[in-house]
Amino acid sequence: MIRFVRAVRGVHHATAVLMLVCLVTAAMLYVPALAEAVGRRHLIRMIHILAGFGLPVPALLGWASRAFRGDVRRLNRFSPADWGWLRGRDRRATVGGRGIHPVGKFNAGQKLNAAFVAGAILVMLGTGSILTFPHPWPDTFRTGATFVHDWLTLAIFVVILGHLWYALRDPGALSGMFLGRVTPEWAARHHPAWLDETRTSEAAAETPETESPAHSRPLSTRNFVHPGEPTDPGGNTEEGKDDLSPRRS
Amino acid sequence: MTGEETPVGRRIVLGMLGLGAVGVAIGARVQSGVNRAVGPVGSRVSGLIPAAGGFRFYSVVDSVKRVEPADYRLTVGGLVEHPRSFRFADLQALPQTRMTDTFHCVTGWTVPNVAWAGVALPDLLEVVGVRPGAKGVRFTSFDRAYTETLTLEQARRRDVIVATSMLGGPVSHDHGGPVRMYVAPMYGYKSTKWLGGIDLVDTVKPGYWETRGYDVDAWIGRSNGFAS
Repeated sequence: MIRFVRAVRGVHHATAVLMLVCLVTAAMLYVPALAEAVGRRHLIRMIHILAGFGLPVPALLGWASRAFRGDVRRLNRFSPADWGWLRGRDRRATVGGRGIHPVGKFNAGQKLNAAFVAGAILVMLGTGSILTFPHPWPDTFRTGATFVHDWLTLAIFVVILGHLWYALRDPGALSGMFLGRVTPEWAARHHPAWLDETRTSEAAAETPETESPAHSRPLSTRNFVHPGEPTDPGGNTEEGKDDLSPRRS
Repeated sequence: MTGEETPVGRRIVLGMLGLGAVGVAIGARVQSGVNRAVGPVGSRVSGLIPAAGGFRFYSVVDSVKRVEPADYRLTVGGLVEHPRSFRFADLQALPQTRMTDTFHCVTGWTVPNVAWAGVALPDLLEVVGVRPGAKGVRFTSFDRAYTETLTLEQARRRDVIVATSMLGGPVSHDHGGPVRMYVAPMYGYKSTKWLGGIDLVDTVKPGYWETRGYDVDAWIGRSNGFAS
């Protein structure tokens, strides 16, 4: 089944390459031993600046793609189940090859990662602009921008290492990002609610007159056909009981 | 989608932007606290993480040849009465000037309490004699790329030093040794590392970074941006 269309993969890969260039040149400008070994400060600085200003461009271009906008929307929104997933110690637990948490297309960790990277790119862009074009700014702002740019670099480095760690350990996820497709078995294990949702909408597309049949898998049935289904606004956001809630709202 | 879904991603992005802005505004004070806190072990930590304080090492070429004090020569020429070259020992034999000050890089990092020693530039100019018509001083690095300039008036300040000692010891190769400039009232890019030549000139030409956008007059806090 299709996980990421070409436009979405393109945005990811272009952003990833630019981020990598930024991190490698950053190390050459920043780590004393590397800075001494590499030198050529003006050239490395220009590459770093160009890659940095280029970082938001893929996402901006990607906005033209409906699929990309849809994925951004999914990444943005947290459901109560996401909080349960984050709190749970059984995030990866499966029953019969199926994840026990009703995880949609993205799990909460992926959502946090995406939000962090988006915020980090914007903050680095802002502070990097101050450092690249220092003239309009007072001295203390320049020191402050250096402070933010430096420490956020370390945070980005750690988060991206984590991102690579999780991705490289999971061939299914790699296939999703590099080939665009995943197997239903992988989807059931990692993103069961997304699997159900995709099947439901496929079924609906095939037989538009009939409503979706009742699901045989109560753990993650989406309230697709019953948008008016009463929910429990009071208790739903609190406890881990939502982990197993049939309502993915 | 029901109302229970929350735009957490957007909140995180906006929160980071807010924190970033706060960081720019107060980062200068926080960083000086960090510098003080890691002061005793600063050299070890900052060797790995420059954000923990200490010097950052900038070089504009791929590599700079190492020069030992015994082989060192400083050529002083141009519009002077007595062009000559100084050996390391010659510089040490001249009247010595010492000062301790905060080092300011134009990109925003600072290092407090850096001790310098060497020959004040006016003392060196006294030895060679400045000819009438000289308007400025041009510094060249033996890295074969870097140049810097000062006006003659700036060059005659007592806090402009041809440094043979830094941080209580010799100027290390990475810091621009064996001899480098230290122009105390200006940002670090005026303080030529690996000093090889000093020439008196009749016109002040922009130096290496100045042809790449930095101010020729690099007064700390009063240039490359407005006064704070």
